[in-house]
Amino acid sequence: MSLRAAVRVRLGAFELRATVDGAAGETIAVLGPNGAGKTTLLRALAGLVPLADGHVVLGSTVLEDATTDVHVPPERRPIGVVFQDYLLFPHLSALENVAFGPRCKGLAAADARARAREWLARTRIAERAAARPAELSGGQAQRVALARALAVTPELLLLDEPLAALDVGTRAEIRRDLHAVLRAFGGVCVLVTHEPLDALTLGHRLVVLEQGRIVQSGSAAEITARPRSRWVADLVGVNLLAGDAERGRVRLEGGGTLDTPDADAGPVFVVVHPRAVVLHRERPQGTARNVWPARIDFLDVGGARVRVRVAGTPSVVAEVTPAAVAELALGPGVAVWVAVKATEIAVYPR
Amino acid sequence: MEARRRAPLPPLATVGATLAVALVAVPLAALVIRAPGAGLWAELASAESVAAIRLSLVCSLGATLLSVVLGTPLAWVQARGDFRGRGVLRALTTLPIVLPPVVGGVALLLAFGRHGIVGRWLEPLGVRLPFTTAGAVLAEAFVAMPFFVLTLEGGLRAVDPRLEEAARTLGASTWTTFRRITLPLARPSFVAGAVLCWARALGEFGATITFAGNLPGRTQTLPLAVYVALETRPEAGIALSLVLLVLSVAVLAGMRDRWWPR
Repeated sequence: MSLRAAVRVRLGAFELRATVDGAAGETIAVLGPNGAGKTTLLRALAGLVPLADGHVVLGSTVLEDATTDVHVPPERRPIGVVFQDYLLFPHLSALENVAFGPRCKGLAAADARARAREWLARTRIAERAAARPAELSGGQAQRVALARALAVTPELLLLDEPLAALDVGTRAEIRRDLHAVLRAFGGVCVLVTHEPLDALTLGHRLVVLEQGRIVQSGSAAEITARPRSRWVADLVGVNLLAGDAERGRVRLEGGGTLDTPDADAGPVFVVVHPRAVVLHRERPQGTARNVWPARIDFLDVGGARVRVRVAGTPSVVAEVTPAAVAELALGPGVAVWVAVKATEIAVYPR
Repeated sequence: MEARRRAPLPPLATVGATLAVALVAVPLAALVIRAPGAGLWAELASAESVAAIRLSLVCSLGATLLSVVLGTPLAWVQARGDFRGRGVLRALTTLPIVLPPVVGGVALLLAFGRHGIVGRWLEPLGVRLPFTTAGAVLAEAFVAMPFFVLTLEGGLRAVDPRLEEAARTLGASTWTTFRRITLPLARPSFVAGAVLCWARALGEFGATITFAGNLPGRTQTLPLAVYVALETRPEAGIALSLVLLVLSVAVLAGMRDRWWPR
């Protein structure tokens, strides 16, 4: 059982173009900011929005193909969906919510309830079987929603921000249980989230979606080492600059240059870790190859490190100690010199 | 609640409001004051009265049943259907609310009367609607069904369509989704619409007398009986009016949570 999907969806001015492939037992985490089209992608896989173009193939079954006009409606797809705010049926008990799917798939009422009880036990919420959704806490509702999606024995499990609506304490607990459930799940799981931690802990593979396009995909290590978008770089906490490299020097898109020994020729991304950015009040006389004047934009004081955004060509974020801030009297508007050692710069092709 | 000092209303507003209340309250009070007292039960127990009350219940419940059976799919189509001319359809199905009932009666005659455009085809089949109890049911349904449809449609619209999508991903067909999710969630509107429809059918006069006539025991419902009795036996007319008033108050009381939630 594997998933092969290439979808194009148009919603007014917004367009989603994405390719998602997954193997049996694999969880693909789609990571992206709000409004990137993550939910639309799930809805396309579920058959809830029409494809302008593309196909969705699960195993040997074509669920949708725009070129041949094949469209298997959602109710006949082997899918289970956990919606962002769960969408439990408010007039049915937790048990009846979970039994609803098996009932629709043709099981007798008693058998459907038996299976529902089984799944409520597996998602560790059996004791709330009789409760209505309004009486459940967020974490409990999440467990019921997961049981409901799994009770139809889907081949493709779609999870839309499964942990977003939970408070921090519950989130860790549900994440752990979700991890266990997904490990036992034999089908393909596509999970969308804007929370990197959820993507990293639950996904075998990451797909980064921004403004309707996949900007990057691969393992967590690959993506964090070589971010390909400002959003991912911010998540990882590094400076990401784009430019054109030529003979050990990168001409940056927003102006300015950076010298680096290992720059290949052509369009590149440049990653500079904020810890590698050094601030001086006077022009430094050192071995650092990259030195340029800038002005402090703002300081973000959080814990043992202070992140200082400096505006210049280029603008970067530096990470310094509170002691350094005091010693150099750093504050918004203060003129500084920025220095980065050439060996601290990572460069890779765009 | 936020405390606020309201500007005092001008005396003219109070005077107008008082007159408006009097316009409604004085006639109702008169009805109660002039009730025949000791003779009330005798009037209600008379054969004519019992026949009219029973017929009214049969016709109004029949009209409500017809409205629910036909009006539920109509409300569903109006709430969730996606087609051109939906506005025109809603205007058409709402028209009987504002149409003078007597016009409805005339229209029904021209459609289902013996020489009507449909009636002439029904006659050879042995189906006769005008001046029959079935005709009275049809006339009441014509006038009262929009109350059910509009109310249920509002309730169906209020159901989160994403719940219907969730049901579909669980394998529910459109029909199962409607039966097990949408309609149960719209149940308060369904009940309110049915009660409203029944109350309207119970009081129907113009369309009924025009299309079904005024035949005691067959088409003479309570409002018709009241109208006739006032000419000959005013006490009976007042007694039957009181029955309708009590039923109306009961409907209001039953629906108070819906109409003026506290």
